[in-house]
Amino acid sequence: MKQNNKAGKGKLFSVQAAAAPAAAFLTILIFIVSVGASAFRKDDAPVKEIRLIAINRDSVESVKAFETVYKVLMSPRCMNCHPAGDIPLQGDDSHLHAMAPKRGVEGKGVYAMKCSNCHQDTNTPGLHTPPGNPEWHLPPAAMKMVFQGKSPHELARQLIDKKQNGNKDIKKLIEHADDGLVLAGWNPGEGRTLPPVSHADFKKAWLTWIKKGAYAPKK
Amino acid sequence: MTKITLNINKKEYPLEADPQMPLLWAIRDLAGLKGTKYGCGVAQCGACVVHLNGEAVRSCVTKVSRAVGKQVVTIEGLSETNSHPVQKAWQDIDVPQCGYCHSGQIMSAVVLLREKPDPTDQDIDDAMAGNICRCGTYLRIRAAIHLAAETQKKTAPQG
Repeated sequence: MKQNNKAGKGKLFSVQAAAAPAAAFLTILIFIVSVGASAFRKDDAPVKEIRLIAINRDSVESVKAFETVYKVLMSPRCMNCHPAGDIPLQGDDSHLHAMAPKRGVEGKGVYAMKCSNCHQDTNTPGLHTPPGNPEWHLPPAAMKMVFQGKSPHELARQLIDKKQNGNKDIKKLIEHADDGLVLAGWNPGEGRTLPPVSHADFKKAWLTWIKKGAYAPKK
Repeated sequence: MTKITLNINKKEYPLEADPQMPLLWAIRDLAGLKGTKYGCGVAQCGACVVHLNGEAVRSCVTKVSRAVGKQVVTIEGLSETNSHPVQKAWQDIDVPQCGYCHSGQIMSAVVLLREKPDPTDQDIDDAMAGNICRCGTYLRIRAAIHLAAETQKKTAPQG
């Protein structure tokens, strides 16, 4: 039996040895194709940033950065528009939005209860007035992107799943840190608390989490 | 103050107003159309609902500048003779008690019936939950919307 095992291992090693040049060739081929494809890009996308992901993977740093990301995404300024149900949340205690406006197919409300009927392009002055943004909406019904009730593990997995994150690839995820509605969280209007860290610190944690491999915490 | 022109009920109103002024102020105090009511001033009650390019906006938090170049319709512009199916249903069922909230209620109901000509009770609740009636006329509001839906169906052009 031992001899058979040894023979088996020998076979395995020889297969690996044979596969090594093929793997190296494949890597070079992928690199050439990637470089060739990027030459035809019309936008000024930060290709360099995406490439960093492959060479800087660090699960410990990534998970640590996600602690900050999670705290921000679960704060009322972010979570209130990522509810588990079809009614947005409101206030620092994340209660159901007064008047119970519904999500609607596009996430922009229904009938006489559309978001932009009350939410203007900018914050309305005064306490308890509607905060504003030109793009004010919930995620659409077909992809609800729920934050409420999600564990760090669940949320991290969801954020990098294109079937659950609004079809965002890594490049779009990176860009999303500067999305107008994300930024609106740090300009919430009178009487609303800010997210737990500054936008700069959030963005730093967001990029670190992604660039270090977008690892999900164990729980 | 800035010179602006608002189109309200298909009529041009040249006004002098701060672009930040609530549309409700311009409608009531500058254009002199008093049918739209002030309720809460913070988009919570629905008394001030008017149509802005067909949408049921709350004019107490909508700036005048947002309405420039758009079509504003108030309760006065819904019909010349109070004969809009929703207005008629409101009269037939005798919906209002004090009446203060009902121009807003009617304007919201019109948007609902445009987008959902045959609404269920749930559709009505979804559309009208933002229009508060202190007299509690909600059941009559619901009945009137169903009646208006029936009337619209009968009077809609066939084909």
